[in-house]
Amino acid sequence: MRVLMFGWEFPPHITGGLGTACYGLVKGLAKNNVEVLFVVPKAYGDEDNRVVKIVDASEVEINQELLSRDDFWKKVTFMEVGSNLIPYVSPEEFKKFSSSDILDQTVLNKTIFRAKYKFSGKYGKDLMEEVSRYAVIAAALASKNNFDVIHAHDWLTYAAGIAAKSVSNKPLVIHVHATEFDRSGENVNQNVYDIERKGMEAADRVITVSNYTKNIVINRYGIDASKVVTVHNAVEFDSRKNGYDEQKTVSEKVVTFLGRITFQKGPDYFVEAANMVLKKYHNVRFVMAGSGDMLNRIIKRVAELKISDKFHFTGFLKGNDVNKMFLQSDVYVMPSVSEPFGISPLEAMRANVPVIISKQSGVSEVLNHAIKIDFWDIDAMADAMYGLLNYDGLPTMFRRMGQEEVLNLKWENAARKINEIYQTAL
Amino acid sequence: MKTICFYFQVHQPYRLRRYRFFDIGENHNYFDDFANRSIMRKVAEKCYLPTNQLFLDLINEYGSEFKISYSISGTAIDQFEQYAPDVLESFKRLAETGCVEFISETYSHSLSALKNETEFKKQVEQHKNKIEEHFNQTPKVFRNTELIYSDAIGALVSDMGYKAMLSEGAKHILGWKSPNYVYTNAVNPRLKLLLKNFTLSDDIAFRFSNRAWEEWPLTTEKYVSWLNAIDEKEEIINLFMDYETFGEHQWAETGIFDFLKHLPHKVFSETNFEFLTPSEAAEKHQPIAPMHVPHPISWADEERDLTAWLGNDLQDEAFDKLYDLIDKVKIISNEELNRDWKYLQTSDHFYYMCTKWFSDGDVHKYFNPYDSPYEAFINFMNVLSDFTVRLEKEVMDNKNKDLLSTYPPEEIKKLISEYEQKLSELKGLVDKADENAVKAKSFKKGTKGKVVAKSAAKGKNKK
Repeated sequence: MRVLMFGWEFPPHITGGLGTACYGLVKGLAKNNVEVLFVVPKAYGDEDNRVVKIVDASEVEINQELLSRDDFWKKVTFMEVGSNLIPYVSPEEFKKFSSSDILDQTVLNKTIFRAKYKFSGKYGKDLMEEVSRYAVIAAALASKNNFDVIHAHDWLTYAAGIAAKSVSNKPLVIHVHATEFDRSGENVNQNVYDIERKGMEAADRVITVSNYTKNIVINRYGIDASKVVTVHNAVEFDSRKNGYDEQKTVSEKVVTFLGRITFQKGPDYFVEAANMVLKKYHNVRFVMAGSGDMLNRIIKRVAELKISDKFHFTGFLKGNDVNKMFLQSDVYVMPSVSEPFGISPLEAMRANVPVIISKQSGVSEVLNHAIKIDFWDIDAMADAMYGLLNYDGLPTMFRRMGQEEVLNLKWENAARKINEIYQTAL
Repeated sequence: MKTICFYFQVHQPYRLRRYRFFDIGENHNYFDDFANRSIMRKVAEKCYLPTNQLFLDLINEYGSEFKISYSISGTAIDQFEQYAPDVLESFKRLAETGCVEFISETYSHSLSALKNETEFKKQVEQHKNKIEEHFNQTPKVFRNTELIYSDAIGALVSDMGYKAMLSEGAKHILGWKSPNYVYTNAVNPRLKLLLKNFTLSDDIAFRFSNRAWEEWPLTTEKYVSWLNAIDEKEEIINLFMDYETFGEHQWAETGIFDFLKHLPHKVFSETNFEFLTPSEAAEKHQPIAPMHVPHPISWADEERDLTAWLGNDLQDEAFDKLYDLIDKVKIISNEELNRDWKYLQTSDHFYYMCTKWFSDGDVHKYFNPYDSPYEAFINFMNVLSDFTVRLEKEVMDNKNKDLLSTYPPEEIKKLISEYEQKLSELKGLVDKADENAVKAKSFKKGTKGKVVAKSAAKGKNKK
């Protein structure tokens, strides 16, 4: 089994959970004897090449000869590059593409059809342009390489997946790590939504990271339920991080929120619950670690509630600071409003911190040893915090059972399921 | 003649309402009246009323030939009184036939036998009174919560005057021995033991409607052929099960009621079995050996041990914290506190905290009000926290009351004036000591400056 896989990032150059998940997955696939050709918009050269061949899309040359071959473009136009993907490059270019035949040699000197295109690989202002260009590269790669299945991760690469499928006629598996509804609530970006839906419709199989996400794919995107399969994420821990030799330095108990301070993560519910706990219990501090567009609003609310002496902000934490934060924590809370999966509670459990997680998260489907609450139910959230802080049996139990549970979530098992899905798609 | 001994456990716990930590100290109503009422009504309609009627009909049909026995927990009887007097009436009618034996247990279906002898005895006594009050008979046979049994518990029960006790025919205890004989307690051989034949009991209680079971469907013909197949020397088959088996665990649609209705006739016409109550069975059959049970067993799960109720960190903390209160509870007489104390001891609360069936939950999901053992624990501990606060306040109030009764008001006034007198004397002493200290200091300093010494002397003169 050989897979042409499209991702947007790959460790160590990552901005979120997607790259980490892809890395775990390809390693797991390697253990299941699946060979992966992993394409990223921009490779840095220090990626882990042991289990996967990394292809840097920035280095892929689109030679003029290939572009002028009729059969190549017949297939690419079939994937509706002209009408669907290119428009988002820019309004001016949209006009060019829509008004002239895509085969017209004159467009080839335009940005996205340059022989080489330097991807930033970031999520910047030229994102749509990069997405489109990535699709063109994908088509070129698909025509040059041998593989059995195409696997595309999240909307940024769906266009690439569709393009590769059109050129190669190989089955397309798209992997939904998050949807536009998770990112933006009800204020969806219509362009992104359309790309997502196109990808799901064009796919032979849709893999979702949770049943929670599966339901969104079926209900909000109208995708045929029979081709949507849930494969829960796994988590792989760096064995080097095992030595938690530092000691807790805060004398009070600490309840931690760690994540982006945005609507999706539900930081406001955390504040309200903290306020309730502080009315009854004083030997505790609350910490909100992270940054995001809701931070100022949260700080204002904390001041308004007059709990600033017990409620602290750390700003964005990364690397070892995250582990240090866990070390200080007695309770970890993930009150997400909508979380396709959510890997951070697993990291907390790995660090022996008991967790409270919202039922509106994919991770709640795989965990037994966690307290699960509805994100809006601040009474229940406060009650769970209070219970963990006051009744010793709870943290003891969580420490005993949680580690084992987390360590059993292996990418190897998730990859086996994905390999089975490949087989059904062939 | 061989014996069939039917025994049914009837129990409903007082389920707790969702009790948040901010209710602690504010709200002392712990129980979910709505859930308790609606579950009781549901089980009454589906199980208690129809099954009681069926047994009443069978007893009327066969005269005194057909006999059964029950243990009904005190919390179940309390709920009958509150929510289902019709069920209580029908049990009373069964009691009047003389063919039904009512068995002793702890009032609140508790695990007190494992923790505190005094509390255990008190609860058994309370339950006995309740049975006498309603059913006009004094229990002679004992059955502990969930058939929990050990040599020590058996000896205790024997000391309390019981002639026989029911227990589980656990394989790991009996080994090659058969449960189809009467045994005795290892410490006190006067206490006879009737052991559950778990195969023939569970065929009815658990497997009856299981279509994957190779013996499905279970007919009375088949069942009677199994009864006839037992070794000819064996004497007694004890069929012990939850009463909710009929109509609730096994729905009416499965044919469980028809099975039950036709079984006695089959037994009478095709076997040499008779039906006896536990007292009669214990009287009739000679025990063949003592049964050694050093560690407690129960009738639960494959393991037949206590891990459904105790053993994980949550259960152990809740259990220990609860029984830590026992000395305080002993000295109070507040009716509401005593009632809550009883209801909080019900074993179901600990059962909900069990984590061992995250994989295979079915049996334990039965009317479990919680999504997870963690929720169950937090809720129980919140309630227990409030109970503790109330209990401590009551103890303190009692202490104050005691003081008042030993010291009449005049006496107290006298005491106060005596103490005041003494206090002022002591204060005087302290002042004097301070003065001397100042004097000593100023004397030292006085060698350097006269002013200080002068003022100190002045002070002295003043006095």
